[in-house]
Amino acid sequence: MTAVQTNSTTGVSTSPTSDPAQYCGHCGEPSDGGAGPTSDVHLRCGERLTLEPPRYCAACRRRMKVQVTPLGWTAECSRHGVTVMRMRP
Amino acid sequence: MTIQAAVPTIDETSAKILETARRQVLEDGIGLTQPQLEEILRLPDAALPAALQLAHEVRLKHCGEDVEVEGIISIKTGGCPEDCHFCSQSGLFDSPVRGVWLDIPELVKAAKETAATGATEFCIVAAVRGPDIKLMNQIKFAIDRINEAVDINIACSLGMLTQRQVEQLAEWGVHRYNHNLETARSYFPEVVTTHSYEERLETCNMVKAAGMELCCGALIGMGETLEQRAELAAQLAALEPHEVPLNFLNPRPGTPLENQGIMDGKDALRAIAAFRLAMPRTVLRYAGGRELTLGDLGTREGLLGGINAVIVGNYLTTLGRPATADLNLLVELNMPIKELQKTL
Repeated sequence: MTAVQTNSTTGVSTSPTSDPAQYCGHCGEPSDGGAGPTSDVHLRCGERLTLEPPRYCAACRRRMKVQVTPLGWTAECSRHGVTVMRMRP
Repeated sequence: MTIQAAVPTIDETSAKILETARRQVLEDGIGLTQPQLEEILRLPDAALPAALQLAHEVRLKHCGEDVEVEGIISIKTGGCPEDCHFCSQSGLFDSPVRGVWLDIPELVKAAKETAATGATEFCIVAAVRGPDIKLMNQIKFAIDRINEAVDINIACSLGMLTQRQVEQLAEWGVHRYNHNLETARSYFPEVVTTHSYEERLETCNMVKAAGMELCCGALIGMGETLEQRAELAAQLAALEPHEVPLNFLNPRPGTPLENQGIMDGKDALRAIAAFRLAMPRTVLRYAGGRELTLGDLGTREGLLGGINAVIVGNYLTTLGRPATADLNLLVELNMPIKELQKTL
């Protein structure tokens, strides 16, 4: 696993790569990135992602291995690497 | 210590219910019975501030002003063979949660970070029916490494235990063991079918007999009736756990309860008051789901309504409020964090 990215937000567009987010990190359904007429489809997903880590890779829709810790989380896609979220105590 | 000041006028029936509770619980230290708890859970909204104020006074008198802070972490996530209908970690449901094991260096790092928040408890949790030899060995190794690295009480939650496993955990210095009843005996078969309420009780009783502190919690808002909520509080009180973590259902995708609505915030606050009035001396901890059910304002009201412990930061698969939000709130409410005391 090579790609490691520190991310300060938990939005649906979270992607461990530089690729644009194609899938919703919460439900895994295709994302229009907020630019199209169906951009409100994932509003609720976005709200949920403030209280839970993404479960799907935003780049390829694979289910990720997610480890939550008291002050952070990591989400690992077998293809696209690891996204790390850490908060300070 | 802040006491809620503005309490609206309440009806005569509610006033009598609360006056009886005041004499029985606050003055005599005797928890309410199941029928009395049903009355508390049915109080009208206008009586809720008075109920919370009474619960707060009970907490201050019988537990003191300290708040116990804890961090929890999953050492083994997902793939559980049990079918607890609320849980995204069951391998029997189509949940997006994937199986993952946490390595020991990361576990130790998390324990250090948790201690840095001022927490005195660190609970290691595994999604299993009960621990096998491999998991027990990992737990022993983890306990040793954490104890080498940081001064914090270690608790475990590893499912149902054998007598030998209970003895081992006690020998290894596990301070407290968590095993929840989750719901009332009468509702349990609606929520779990792969093991029984009695099996849960058996583990709880073994833990107590071995001298570990028992942490035995509740998950409310799963469709149980008010009577069953009171039944659960009474059953927990009969078990006399050291700590009761109070969870509110956060409906998880893919679980049988995914379409269960989020419980009403006022009902959640009534439950907090009722649980405190059922168990005046127990550590009553805010656990999962409070962010959704209560929000920031409700979190504050609960801390002024009987709660005297919090899980800081994140939960096992979901995220909590930022640790600083809770810690700042405790400062604002002039509630000191309980200091570390090794009890075993």
